[in-house]
Amino acid sequence: MTAEIFSTFNYWMVIMLMMTGFYVVIAQGNLVKKIFGLNIFQVSVFLFYISMGKVAGGTAPILADGYSVYSNPLPHVLILTAIVVGVATMALGLALVIRIKAAYGTIEEDEIEKLEEKEQ
Amino acid sequence: MNFEAHLPALQVVIPLLAAPLCFLLRQKSLAWLFSTIVTWLTFAVSVMLLAAVRENGPISYHLGGWEPPWGIEYYVDTLSALILVIVSGIGAVVMPFARISVEREVEAERIYVFYVMYLLCLTGLLGITITGDAFNLFVFLEISSLSSYVLISLGKDRRALTASFRYLIMGTIGATFYVIGIGALYMMTGTLNMADLATRLPELQKMEAALAFILVGLSLKLALFPLHLWLPNAYAFAPTVVTVFLAATATKVSVYAMIRIVYSVFGGTAFFDHVGIDETTMALGLIGMIAGSLVAIFQRNVKRLLAYSSISQIGYMMLGFSLGNVFGLAAAIVHIINHAIMKAAMFMAIGCATNQARVVSVDDLAGLGRRMPLTMAAMVVGCLSLIGVPLTVGFVSKWYLLRGAFEAGLWPIAFIIGLSGLLAVIYSWRLIEAAYFAKEPEGREEVHEAPPSMLIPLWILAGLCILLGTNASWTLDLAIDVATALIGPAGTGQGGGQ
Repeated sequence: MTAEIFSTFNYWMVIMLMMTGFYVVIAQGNLVKKIFGLNIFQVSVFLFYISMGKVAGGTAPILADGYSVYSNPLPHVLILTAIVVGVATMALGLALVIRIKAAYGTIEEDEIEKLEEKEQ
Repeated sequence: MNFEAHLPALQVVIPLLAAPLCFLLRQKSLAWLFSTIVTWLTFAVSVMLLAAVRENGPISYHLGGWEPPWGIEYYVDTLSALILVIVSGIGAVVMPFARISVEREVEAERIYVFYVMYLLCLTGLLGITITGDAFNLFVFLEISSLSSYVLISLGKDRRALTASFRYLIMGTIGATFYVIGIGALYMMTGTLNMADLATRLPELQKMEAALAFILVGLSLKLALFPLHLWLPNAYAFAPTVVTVFLAATATKVSVYAMIRIVYSVFGGTAFFDHVGIDETTMALGLIGMIAGSLVAIFQRNVKRLLAYSSISQIGYMMLGFSLGNVFGLAAAIVHIINHAIMKAAMFMAIGCATNQARVVSVDDLAGLGRRMPLTMAAMVVGCLSLIGVPLTVGFVSKWYLLRGAFEAGLWPIAFIIGLSGLLAVIYSWRLIEAAYFAKEPEGREEVHEAPPSMLIPLWILAGLCILLGTNASWTLDLAIDVATALIGPAGTGQGGGQ
């Protein structure tokens, strides 16, 4: 049982992080915290991809004497792209929060909703 | 260098490279002129692609000369070529309309940003449609999503900011779910190329989790009930041009991605039998059809009303998608095209009215039937199409949806389609009643008809509603071809768009 848990350790961590991030996005009313929750959620997926490409005992895929086992570089490359997307999303999200703060004077979701109800 | 051989790459590269150039132009009328030329070029490329595909069959383009499954493949068959034409076509038709409308609805120093983001969004949507690589699809999905968040936030109402923020949260969760699903598929098969995936997928039981993630992710992007919460405010408070463009293309491209993944990669009908996702999507589609129309009836804001009507129309597409027979799928594909045209026409008509008379709520339309006869007549054509009156495009899709439902032996669905049509009559009537029968408010400045640069694009779309409604075979034949290729005449599953 323990051996089984440790052999899939990376997936347990991924799921834990994923649920942490997802919970923060849903439960937090503060917009900045929502963005960070979203970021944790995305990072868990990065870890999922990166750890799946790891081959036990493998090295970086560079031809050299004495090495014959390599890790799979493709998931790592894919995640480079996804990291860029994640950074862009976070930057845009935070920029929007700044604009929301300027327009509403608050970044708490419930207070914004109250202000919006008045306008309808 | 053979120009024609590189059309698939040009389709995406032209608007992608034009976006940063447009950023350098800064000057708003230069930026507008430049983007107009670029969008029409892009449209020309997609028409040439459709012609090439109809003549010589599907095109597989290897980016950078790397052969699939190692390199990224662009794959154009009739289905993707059709969607390319409609996306780039709407993108091009909107541009002449955009100049005046954007000037009024976006702050002057941000206008060039608008055109940059518009081109990027177009790039992303075209990329999703043309790519044959599952991970590449995610990259384009994010390009289009990130730029549409910016486009929505350009609205002058401060609620545009919160709408954009909400869309950012939900859209990112949707895209991330999609990546998780693709990652799981990659773990099992070691490939990301869609055609290659289709041949290598293991037994169905092992893929349920991956498929669940992908479907939920895409459903968020296409605003399937009950994952539609981001849509009404985003459409209502974005600048009208953005609403026209996104309502006509963004959700439709996600429906296309759903069809591609489920039918081409997972083998469609065979897969339905096993997991029963068709029942889930059908139920949600049906609820969406009714709920969207019901909520639309009680909206005061015109754009919100039309946004809820979009949610109900997306229900039609998902219903056709999940019927699992040729007629149903053909109806879904035709409705992607038809709804893009009619919703773009409706929002454009409202855009003209907003520009001339500051229309926000339904009551503001009062008396405009006489003041802006051409604009309001186009709106009526749009309304008739939404309801599904014969001789309009809406009728064509509904007719095939009904045929699909009867072929699947699900005749109660016919009643729900009828009921949803009735509800559409009610909310459309509210618009028509306000425009033609309500008394004009006193003390309003004199209202004039919209300028030709706005009316001509509007009537191109409204005219298409009637033209494609009376000559249904133009789009329908293509859609039935596509549906037959995807499902296979005998329902053999791995039809795979090959």
